[in-house]
Amino acid sequence: MLTDFPVTGKKATRDGFGDGLLAVGQQHPNVVALCADLIGSLKMNAFIKAFPERFIQTGIAEANMMGIAAGLATAGKIPYTGTFANFSTGRVYDQIRQSIAYSDKNVKICASHAGLTLGEDGATHQILEDIGLMKMLPGMTVINPCDYNQTKAATIAIAEHHGPVYLRFGRPSWPIVIPDTMPFVIGKGIMMQEGTDVTIIATGHLVAYAMEAVEKLKEQGISAELINIHTIKPLDEEIVLDSVAKTRCVVTAEEHQRNGGLGDSIAQLLARKNPTPQEYVAVNDSFGESGTPDQLLLKYGLGPTNIVDAARDVLKRKR
Amino acid sequence: MPTNEELKKIASQVRRDIIRMVHQCQSGHPGGSLGCTDYMVALYFHVLHHNLPFSMEGKGEDMFFLSNGHISPVWYSVLSRSGYFPTAELGTFRKLNSRLQGHPTTHEGLPGVRVASGSLGQGMSVAIGAAMAKKMDNDAGLIYVLTGDGELDEGQVWEAMMSAAHHKVDNMIVTVDWNGQQIDGATKDVMSLGDLDAKWKSFGWMVLHMNGNVMQEVLDTLAQAKALTGKGQPVVILMKTEMGSGVDFMMGSHHWHGVAPNDEQKDKALAQLEETLGDY
Repeated sequence: MLTDFPVTGKKATRDGFGDGLLAVGQQHPNVVALCADLIGSLKMNAFIKAFPERFIQTGIAEANMMGIAAGLATAGKIPYTGTFANFSTGRVYDQIRQSIAYSDKNVKICASHAGLTLGEDGATHQILEDIGLMKMLPGMTVINPCDYNQTKAATIAIAEHHGPVYLRFGRPSWPIVIPDTMPFVIGKGIMMQEGTDVTIIATGHLVAYAMEAVEKLKEQGISAELINIHTIKPLDEEIVLDSVAKTRCVVTAEEHQRNGGLGDSIAQLLARKNPTPQEYVAVNDSFGESGTPDQLLLKYGLGPTNIVDAARDVLKRKR
Repeated sequence: MPTNEELKKIASQVRRDIIRMVHQCQSGHPGGSLGCTDYMVALYFHVLHHNLPFSMEGKGEDMFFLSNGHISPVWYSVLSRSGYFPTAELGTFRKLNSRLQGHPTTHEGLPGVRVASGSLGQGMSVAIGAAMAKKMDNDAGLIYVLTGDGELDEGQVWEAMMSAAHHKVDNMIVTVDWNGQQIDGATKDVMSLGDLDAKWKSFGWMVLHMNGNVMQEVLDTLAQAKALTGKGQPVVILMKTEMGSGVDFMMGSHHWHGVAPNDEQKDKALAQLEETLGDY
């Protein structure tokens, strides 16, 4: 257990979204919410109960939902769209690209059930390409919080940021490691554990696994530094560069394809500023399948031991 | 308020602008632009309650959304001729560093444009969002949308149609440019639209029809549509137009959908269109 970030409970990140949405609705009269027939899954009931006149059910019509959100934003509202990550990105990419991103609309695209941890529904619903898709859009902010508290804080914080945001979270109950008092600052990474031998940079659900990996590495006499990057774009370059200047090797960990995810953002930064040996803990050019979240993360190489192995591998390449 | 005759004079100038803009950069979409000129002139010079300077949020105003963004020449001309930006800027259409992009965008800050369009089928959804915002704010302004008929091939349009009726978006008037043509040919050959009147009605809309190239009929039908707002149902006008309207050799086929006239064709076209307000 990391001393500064003890595990204080277990709750799904999507619950953080639901509770954050209610809170941000109370703070901002211009916040409106939309959902494409997944109210329960997105935990939007509390907002809808409190603000029925500020909720729009669009039915299973995500393209239309994105357009309606763009129109609401045009007229000064702050729309939060809610559906699964798969239907929030790939299914509606052109609508987001033209009507939201290119049109600079203040739409918050809130995407649940991202990645393998969606579980038993299988690969049709387990999008592992969404971070890449969204970070490629000019002007899009991409956020992937790691636990309930961080998701709740991020849901509230993005209302203060003018511009399109992709907020990615997930389905399973997951360890809470971020204190509920910690402010969420877009674009600012969090130093979870200082270390000297290797830098581990994790996002989303894999932060909890990376914390386990840090403990295991410590037992093996390896001092790992752990950074939580919740905002993949814009990337906190300073925290990454400062860390690798010290450790000279890095492991990235994410519930996403290797192609286009956090690891690629880090690799691009380091290639330009400080070329550094790097190992990826990510899905290797593959679709997922049905299973429990834990089973799937292990099978696809995203478990704590995979992070430990990646750290040991990259240490061998350290110059 | 301009009279019917004055509106026709404005329309003649707008058609000249379209021909000259598309000719100047040898690119763009004259056919649909010419076909929708009378509607756009009626809207901007007679129907729309809009204020200058342009405000993105359009509080207390009517708002217009162009879904078939490729007919940007007619929109740019009408915006400029109604005071949104200097007419001289029409000469920059589709050129490097211009605010008058090939398809309309907010990105370059052109006054009058509220969302990018060009990738088809998206405008009505955006308009529904703006209409819903107006209802939330108890804003009496109306939302006008123009969409193409070929554009109705897009599935998102039918999602939007269903949702507008479901949510009783009765502060919005959609007009379909029913010219029966799209890039690859007649709509009946490319993708049959079937009984459009019945389709919209079965989706829960009030349906009006008009000839979009007869100014008085456009004015009367838009007034009728406005009278139908606030009654719990969205309103659509199925507008028959002639692609290329106003230039004899551009009418009657899909050929001039996205083709620029050469010098000779430009002169031949302009000879048919009176210069009423002064060329840009």
